[in-house]
Amino acid sequence: MQQIEKHSLTDKLQDTSSGTRPGPASGVSRGTLGAFLTHIRRIRRVVSERTIVCLIYICGVSAVIFVFGIFFFVFREGAPFLEHGFKAKEFFLSPDWYPTSATNKRYGILAQLVGTGSVTLVAMLVAVPFSLGTGIFIAEFCGKKTREIMKILVELLAAIPSVVWGFIGLMVMNPLIIKLTGAPIGLNVLNAGIIVGLMSVPIIVTIAEDAIRAVPDTYIEAAEALGATRWQLVRKVILPAAKSGLLAAVLLGVGRAVGETMAVLMCTGHSINIPFDAKVPFFHVLESVRTLTATIAAEMGEAPRLEANADGTYPTEALHYQALFVIGIVLFAITFVINITADMIVKGIRRKK
Amino acid sequence: MRISLSKEIMKAEGKDQMLSSVVPASKEKSGNLDLLRGAKEKSMVKPMKEAKPIEECACPVVEARNFSFYYGSKMGIKDITMKIQPCAVTAIIGPSGCGKSTFLRSINRINDLIPNIRVEGEMFVNNQDIYVKQINLVNLRQQVGMVFQKPNPFPKSIFDNVAYGSKLQGIRKRGDLQEIVEESLKAAALWDEVKDDLRKSALSLSGGQQQRLCIARALATKPSVLLMDEPCSALDPISTGKIEDLIDNLKKDYTIVIVTHNMQQAARVSDQTAFFCLGELIEYDSTTTIFERPNKKQTEDYVTGRFG
Ligand SMILES: Nc1ncnc2c1ncn2[C@@H]1O[C@H](COP(=O)(O)OP(=O)(O)OP(=O)(O)O)[C@@H](O)[C@H]1O
Ligand SMILES: [Mg+2]
Repeated sequence: MQQIEKHSLTDKLQDTSSGTRPGPASGVSRGTLGAFLTHIRRIRRVVSERTIVCLIYICGVSAVIFVFGIFFFVFREGAPFLEHGFKAKEFFLSPDWYPTSATNKRYGILAQLVGTGSVTLVAMLVAVPFSLGTGIFIAEFCGKKTREIMKILVELLAAIPSVVWGFIGLMVMNPLIIKLTGAPIGLNVLNAGIIVGLMSVPIIVTIAEDAIRAVPDTYIEAAEALGATRWQLVRKVILPAAKSGLLAAVLLGVGRAVGETMAVLMCTGHSINIPFDAKVPFFHVLESVRTLTATIAAEMGEAPRLEANADGTYPTEALHYQALFVIGIVLFAITFVINITADMIVKGIRRKK
Repeated sequence: MRISLSKEIMKAEGKDQMLSSVVPASKEKSGNLDLLRGAKEKSMVKPMKEAKPIEECACPVVEARNFSFYYGSKMGIKDITMKIQPCAVTAIIGPSGCGKSTFLRSINRINDLIPNIRVEGEMFVNNQDIYVKQINLVNLRQQVGMVFQKPNPFPKSIFDNVAYGSKLQGIRKRGDLQEIVEESLKAAALWDEVKDDLRKSALSLSGGQQQRLCIARALATKPSVLLMDEPCSALDPISTGKIEDLIDNLKKDYTIVIVTHNMQQAARVSDQTAFFCLGELIEYDSTTTIFERPNKKQTEDYVTGRFG
């Protein structure tokens, strides 16, 4: 039995190897059967180790490849617009978004940029205090049972599909906001901000809790031994020590809010509008807006993807589709900047320590 | 006040004429003058001293009565009954894992941070059972300071570390804090080394300096009981010597409980010694007795290094 197994194994090895390795003949010639077996085992171990290292390498590289691949694809689709129709000043500073106008097509995304910004702002005003409070409570103030229940609830929050959140905004928040504020329409910055805020709660809570729990026990012990109250412990020891992690949590929440699409599409009212002006209170949360993501989602289906003419120019109808991809690039850039900032802040804090 | 006073007296040790000039200068604790003088005389007959009678000291008595401590279902210490002398140094010795830290950490209830713990019996500090519900942990910990095995300064400046406890207590005035910091650092024999740069990060100090900083931090809140869990285990002989001197000076004003693995250290600094083994208190007596003529065979084996 063993003999056969050994032979088949040798054969396999011979098949797979391309002759650089000493063949079985040299193994046999070196001496006993035992030495030969050891030799094979060693080769097998080396081969399997190499395979695993190789797999890990492929996984690591493919992550990078995917990121670049996505960027490349988005960039390629948007590139003709950047080449032909793109004027940076108009694109970023004009609120006129008329991509389908028959006579005068204009591509200005200022309103959408401001829309995304204002929804994110309100979302964070809602989510940050709420999530940090929840995170601190879960990590420090509650018993084991409560903690488990709370964590399950928070995870449940994360499991709600974004379209369901949109429904809640549409069916619950909308009439509620109209009733409470007397606004003519309840689909606005406030509505979307609250919904997106709640949507970013789970991610912030989870990471904040991890950050808080990662605070060294020795600090907590030291402070407790000096007679710190629970609240002093949180304020003077835990929050400062967990600062970088908490910041990372908040920034990830921001990323979530910027990227959210379906719910904001349903809750913002989807109208091109800048909710800021010179009148008090300057920021009008009861006005409808439109975000970058919602613009892409809503218009992508109607924007035709047209090929270039023979002379390399594009028909004007093609620019709409391409402009949407440029918006995608902008979104990409925003999240990129957020992540880099988070990274640098976290590193900076670490270095100072 | 208390700290600086003890420091003065310590300096005057061996010079009787100086002592009389120093002692009247303290008004705050005049009730304790006799006690301090007594302590001084006692320390003349070093190294082995008998404990002073309890009435002499204003420090609270720490007393365990049938005290047991469980980590979940695992027993930490079992049925400990011992009365710790006030204004004296009590050493706790015993093999690793025998519950020394558990006992020490039960005295300021810092073990409460661990989930699923359970206690039986009573632990008294100042005649108050500290494991009753209505006890105020903040007050308890202001009264019972602790120095941990590993130096654990906060990643802040030296000044902020020492002033930490006082700030928690609501002392805000810069001048007051400065006074407290200076007093405490002097008491912990660290002042001369750091006085020029109190703004420096505590983490830039050496291990021994950090440990003395932690002692200063514990002293700054003016506790009356000081718990030390192997305070010298990470230190070189010189730093250890400094901390031992420090303990010797402090014991006039503090009830000190120190856990140590170092027999010589226990013999040098303590008045009383308790020997723990497997969660039980085997023998508790004056340090002289424990080290010279212990009553139990087990104790003798351990202190002579024959323990298996
Ligand atoms: N947090 C904990 N959870 C569970 N068991 C613990 C915990 N801390 C200590 N124990 C157990 O309690 C017993 C006593 O531990 P303790 O730390 O008091 O020993 P020790 O005498 O201080 O030892 P050492 O000299 O090594 O510091 C040990 O058996 C230990 O395993
Ligand atoms: Mg210990």
